[in-house]
This record gives sequence, structure tokens and C-alpha cells, in this order.
Amino acid sequence: MIDKLDQVFVLLTHWVVGFLPAFLQPVAIVVIAVAAILVTFPGLFAICVLLERKGLGRMQNRLGPNRVGPFGLLQPVADGLKSLTKEDLVPLSADAAVHFLAPVFLVVVVFMGYAVLPVGRHMTLVNMDAGLLFYFAMGASTELSVFMAGWSSRNKYSLLGAMRAVAQMISYEVPLLMSSVAVVMITGSLSLNRIVEAQNQYTWGLPHWYIFTPWGFAGFVMFATAATAETNRSPFDLPEGESELVAGYFTEYSGFKFAEFFLGEYVGMLSISGLGATLFLGGWSAPLAVLGWVPSWIWFFGKVMLSMCVFIWLRGTLPRLRQDQLMNFAWKFVLPFTMLNLFVAAAWRFMGDGWERWVVCSVVLVIAYVVMARVGMRRKHFGPRSYRYAE
Amino acid sequence: MLGEGILKGLAETARNFAGSFVSAERLTTVEYPEQRIAPIEATRDFPFLVYDVENRDGGGPEWEAGMRCVACQICEKECPPKCIFIEKSKDKKLDYLGKAQFYPARFDIDISVCMSCQICVEVCPFDAIKMDTEFELATTDRFGGLLLDREQLAKTNEYYHKIHPTEAAEVDARLAEEKAKADAKAKAAAAAAAAKAAAPAAAPPAAKPAVHAVAAPAVKPAEGETKP
Repeated sequence: MIDKLDQVFVLLTHWVVGFLPAFLQPVAIVVIAVAAILVTFPGLFAICVLLERKGLGRMQNRLGPNRVGPFGLLQPVADGLKSLTKEDLVPLSADAAVHFLAPVFLVVVVFMGYAVLPVGRHMTLVNMDAGLLFYFAMGASTELSVFMAGWSSRNKYSLLGAMRAVAQMISYEVPLLMSSVAVVMITGSLSLNRIVEAQNQYTWGLPHWYIFTPWGFAGFVMFATAATAETNRSPFDLPEGESELVAGYFTEYSGFKFAEFFLGEYVGMLSISGLGATLFLGGWSAPLAVLGWVPSWIWFFGKVMLSMCVFIWLRGTLPRLRQDQLMNFAWKFVLPFTMLNLFVAAAWRFMGDGWERWVVCSVVLVIAYVVMARVGMRRKHFGPRSYRYAE
Repeated sequence: MLGEGILKGLAETARNFAGSFVSAERLTTVEYPEQRIAPIEATRDFPFLVYDVENRDGGGPEWEAGMRCVACQICEKECPPKCIFIEKSKDKKLDYLGKAQFYPARFDIDISVCMSCQICVEVCPFDAIKMDTEFELATTDRFGGLLLDREQLAKTNEYYHKIHPTEAAEVDARLAEEKAKADAKAKAAAAAAAAKAAAPAAAPPAAKPAVHAVAAPAVKPAEGETKP
């Protein structure tokens, strides 16, 4: 029974497909799985938008939307209808074709990433040997869409936003990859299924998740930082900084195309949360051995929604960075630290199973963190701001 | 230490989030149409015209009869965005001092133009125009609906007392003083007039001889003058 519940979606698919002729079955399985992805994640997107608006409100001592439906629960529906009924404007001097393609491309590329994410036990759309590589290839393509949008709009804010976005995304792509490489080194595989299987083991009822190792914890923190920057989330939301650039690269978009960018952003966040959960938080595996009976897909989506809540919490807390601070942080702190983390992961791999590796790896990482933070903040002056000409 | 500030900030927002469910201090929102906060006395938005119920002269409805405005048009001239339009009446009515005054035959304020500067209130010598606190003025007609006429602008002195009690008490005291002064003056004038009237009325029997005595010689030569 419990096994059935765990595999309910797989069994359901096979049952439906059983009604079709044999030569159609392989195609039908894929179509059903793709449709499921295309329904589930936009659904989660709606929930996330509601969570974000309500949660941010509470963090700012206000209620958030509470007028549409009971407790404002139908707010996403209202938002969706609003964006669908708005006029779709294209600037006269814009490159209409590219202007149209940019949001479509973004949504397509973002959804492609889900092809390799293991959503539950035996629930991966394409079980690729180089799944992680495929994911990063797709993730990196979002930059193209952002630049297409910014360039084709023929608007200075769009272009500035797009340039910021490309600079930021390329800068943080490197640490994102580097922190994931440590996982690949330990697992010895690029297949996301294999990575989850490697973490789905228990000692004294506790899981072997990579976040519970020194290099894994450091890697996860760096991965989370880089992922926040990759998805243009606050505090790294310079490309769409409302106070400076109207809306950044999608200034000139309205109606459904704007909604597509919005969807792309949130689905991208969900997808990178899923990847983070897969790499460091054990994917669909249960946090305790005794909870192994709970269906695997519940754990995966639970972890994804939890990291979405952290994204929202960060957004409610941190102010936006300046461009130079952003770049300094990426190239002078995150990147060197992830590179050091590679060596620590290698040491972890070759030091055997004893307690020594825990001590050595932890000490090295803590010292590196303290020293790099000290060096990086050496000439920073914090205090009341002084004005040279205004006073 | 790097990251310390972020953790502190996260703790603060977490406190806000959790606190908003239990403490009113961390959820300061007032849900406006259902809940309202008590109006603040110093609030002001658009002007209105004060009228006195007890002081009426002439026909027409109460608001028209008791209106303090005398159509002097000072506010119209002083208004920086020129949102006031006044048309003076042809006839006159008695004001609260019992003086014959003009009254506004038309008094329009375009509140879509008004900038709530209160200059009209400050220049008004008759305490006839004051600032209102009514803010629910949304309308579906952005031209006619926002052009308020005399009837819409006229509000009782009681209403003024309700929205700005301190200010209204001062105004009332001042007006009462003026009225008392005017009354005293009127009384004195009346007394003088009465004395004047009484003098010829009461004096004749007593004064006649005197008058005659004084006048007689004067008259006599005149008589004599005319006679010859």
C-alpha cells in the first residue's frame, strides 16, 4: 500500500497508457509526464506568489492581500486574469520578432531544466547520465533570453537591466558550477538520480545528506548564494531594480508576455531550489530513516517549498546590493571559497572514514571563511554616511 | 564577522512574521472600509462653507439663509490654483450682526484643482470658509462630480465644531465678542437715537418755552425782518 502511494503517479501513468496501442505507449508516457510538469510547477508558482505576498506583508507588519476570496487565497487567479486581459504593447522601434521570442524562450528553457530533476523515486522524466551538465546548459541559456529582451526593447532601462543581468549571471554561474562540482567529485557521477541514491542511506537513522558534511554545508551556502543571484532574486535583484530601472530588462513588456517573464522567474527559482535539494538535501529521500514510509515526492516538494520560503524570507530582509559590491562578492569571496571547497571535498574523499576528516575539513573551512571575510572587509567603513557636497 | 548582520536581520523579520499573528504592535494595519481610526483634529483636505442654523434671514433653505459668506471674493482672488468661483447676489440679506450684506448667488469649488493650502480660510474676514476632513470623495464623474456647488459646500457650525472643536470654539468666541460689541454699539446707537427721538418727543412741553425763549428773539427779528 505504502509502496503504491509512493509510486502513485507512475502507476497512474502506466494504467492510462495501458489503454493505448503498444506503438503509442512510449510517446504517451513522455507526453503525460511533460504535461504533469507543465501543470504542477505553474501551480506551485501561483502558491509561491501568494506565499510571497502574504509572507512579505507579515514581515513588514501588514496583512498582505486579503480581499479576493477567503483570506485572499484567490489572489493569484485575479493576478492571472489581470495580466491576460491587459493590452499587449510592443514599442514601435522594438525588434518585434526578438521582443516576442524572448519570454517564450525563457519559459521553454526554464522548463527544460525539469527534464532531469528527480521529483521522486523513479520519477525522473529523462534519466540522463550527464543530467547535471544538461541542467546547467539549460540554466545558462536564460541569460540569452534576458539579453534578447533587453536588447530588442530599444529602451535604455531595458538595456541597462539586461547588461547588469548578463554580468551578474555570468559571474555567479561560475561559483554555482564550482559548488556543484564538489558533489560530483564525491558521488563520482553527473547523473542526478545517482546523486540522490548516494544520499539516500542512513547511519543510526540519520541520512547521508551532503549538507551534513563540512564541505557540503559550505558548498550549500555558496550554492544558495549563487542560486539567489542566478535567479535575480533580492538582494541580487539589480537587473530589475524597480527604484533605478523601472523593471529592468522587462520594462517594455506588458500583458501576457510580462506574465511569462514572471512565470519564468518563479519557475526558475523552483527549479534551482529543486536542484539544490537534489544536490545537497538528499532530493526525495526522507530526513530520518523512520520517516521512510512517507511518499518520496512529498519530501521533494516539501524541500522545494521550504527553500522558496527562505527565498521569500531573504527578500523581506535584505536591501539590494550595489553593482560593485555584487561583483566584488562574486569574484573575491564566493569564487575563491568554492574553489577551496573543491580541495576540501577532495581531502574528505581520500581521508577515510575516521573522525579526523571532520576536524580537518571543518577547521580549514572555518579559518578560510574568517580570514577571507576579514581581508575582504578590511578597508570597509561602516557608520553614518557622510556627504561631501550636500552639507 | 561576515554574515552576522544578515542573521540579525533574518531574526528581526522572523520576529515580525511570527509576531504579526499574536501582537497588535507588529501588525499595525487598519482594515480601512470596515475599521476606521478616530479622525485627527488637525486634518484638512478641502474647504467648506459654514452656516448658522439660528441666524437666518431671507427665504430659501436653511443652508442658504444662514450662510456666513458675504461674497466678498477675497478667497477667490487669493486662491493660488484658482479653484473658487463666486457670483455676487443682486440683493442683500442681514448677516448675524444685523448688517445688510451680499451673499453668494453661486459659490463653486473645483476640488480636482484645489491643493488644500488653506489660504482661503486664512484670508476670510468672516470665518465663513473652513477646511473639511471628509475624504471619501471618489466619484464616477471626474468633471461635474468634483465641482462642488454652494449646497454641497454648505455645512452647519455644529459640523465644524465636531471636526475641529478647538478651532471652532475660538471662532465662536470671536464672533460672539463681535456680536456683543455690535450689539452694544447698536444699543448705544439705539439709546442715542432713542434719546434723540425722546428729546424732541419728551422735551417739547418743557423745552418749548426755552426754545421759544431762545428762538423768539431770533424769530422776532426775522419776523420783523420779513415784516418790513
